[in-house]
Amino acid sequence: MLELHAITAGYDPRAPVFHGASLTIAPGEAVGLLGPSGCGKSTLARVAALLHRPDAGRVVVDGTEVRRWRHRAPRELRTAIGVVFQQPRTSADPRLRLRDLIAEPLRATGRGDLAAGRVAELAAAVGLTDDLLGRRPHEVSDGQLQRACLARALVLRPRWLVCDEMTAMLDASTTAALVAVVEAYRRERGAGLLVVGHDRVLLERWCDRTEEWADRVRTP
Amino acid sequence: MTPVLSVRDLSVRFRMRGGRHVAAVDAASFDLAAGECLALVGESGCGKSVLASALLGLLPGNALTAGTAVIDGTDLLAADERTLARTVRGRRVGLVPQSPAAHLTPVRTVRAHLEETLRALTGTPRRELRAAVAEAAERAAFPPGLLDHYPHELSGGQAQRAATALALIGDAPLLLADEPTTGLDRDLVDRTVDELRRHADDGRALLLITHDLAAARRVADRVAVMYAGRIVELSDAGRFFGDPGPRHPYARGLLAALPERDFTPIPGMPPELSALPDGCAFAARCHRADDACRAVPRMAGGVACHHSGEEHHSEEPVRA
Repeated sequence: MLELHAITAGYDPRAPVFHGASLTIAPGEAVGLLGPSGCGKSTLARVAALLHRPDAGRVVVDGTEVRRWRHRAPRELRTAIGVVFQQPRTSADPRLRLRDLIAEPLRATGRGDLAAGRVAELAAAVGLTDDLLGRRPHEVSDGQLQRACLARALVLRPRWLVCDEMTAMLDASTTAALVAVVEAYRRERGAGLLVVGHDRVLLERWCDRTEEWADRVRTP
Repeated sequence: MTPVLSVRDLSVRFRMRGGRHVAAVDAASFDLAAGECLALVGESGCGKSVLASALLGLLPGNALTAGTAVIDGTDLLAADERTLARTVRGRRVGLVPQSPAAHLTPVRTVRAHLEETLRALTGTPRRELRAAVAEAAERAAFPPGLLDHYPHELSGGQAQRAATALALIGDAPLLLADEPTTGLDRDLVDRTVDELRRHADDGRALLLITHDLAAARRVADRVAVMYAGRIVELSDAGRFFGDPGPRHPYARGLLAALPERDFTPIPGMPPELSALPDGCAFAARCHRADDACRAVPRMAGGVACHHSGEEHHSEEPVRA
């Protein structure tokens, strides 16, 4: 299970963005979290991905309570969770070719020898050609870069995947294509999925259940 | 009625290193009348924004253009920088930008932006500026209490209205909105495009460039679908989104990919604009492709497809 218990978080401890948010995801389950712009749902997604230390509350990943965050989080917890952000441009190192961007998590965890095989496999799944893999971010479109960012999120075969507005910048066909890749991965590996977004039609079509942000937080 | 904007065979190519060319826009033609909203839709990288830049004379130096884009007797493609700066930008074409927060100057208040634009475009004397600023803000429904705020103190929707207020000051007959709703949530998208529609209803022509089909459906009178630099379909919005639906296979696939429809992607990816195939650019992804598609289809009756005359698309299932 991926459990978020009574999370209070923000960027100023005196004025948290939200109070007491709780959400639990079972293995293999796809949960949508629906909320308006600026409500704090992306901050909660960052907490769930261990990228932001909450002011209060507990995060439990497969029975292990998280005590350290970001680069201090233990590797076996960090690598259990993959993340895809809204803006591929700001989440990609502009110096890396797409094939190195996708392989980076493997190299960072000392498994660079697996890179060639895993990159080829994932490139085929997300629809990136060999020509595109050899380019840097400024040489590809938003849709192509987001395909690479999704491949990067899957390269360590995480048990959990957090998609924060993954498709907000994308056209309808690319959206459907990337959702299909995530769904194929979820079926194949039994991974749990947290989808954060504001598009009700998309989340209800994609997820097993869709939660309203207002119902998941405590009003202070 | 004379159209506000008349675009004929507009092409934009970029000259690249090694003598290569990128054909970003190829032979686009359309008219846009006062009070009308045309939505230009297509995926990222299809050439939509290059077309918008061409209409504002904002293309980079390595761009080669052909064709005409006439507004008020001025050909935007032939005009020199002086003409563009003094008579076109803000005066004939008002731009509603993609990310308003980045479009505004971060160290100046909304009031300072509006004052500068009023002075430059309308020559409003200093003693009348205060009243003119209030009026300009009101036209775009920007809250008067926030006029002394800096851009970072505004929400996405407020920044969007500030940018729209700036675009409306010159009373330009053409409003050009380039992805005005990117990153906004659905309620804010609806509000933003409804407000743009209101400005079209006041007698302006509105060119709405977007990848958001729901936004286009909400406010557009006509839809132009762009694929790999070419306009492949130009249709009445009611027929496009309703019955009988789009006629070009790409447009049908795009609509079918929506989560409220089939939610199935079009197979494959668009070709690179630097390596377009000789014939129909969509043929490699199209289940109806045959020998005829080796030639570039001409736009006829609002659709550029060799197979658009064949009457079997409404009942045929859309292939995944």
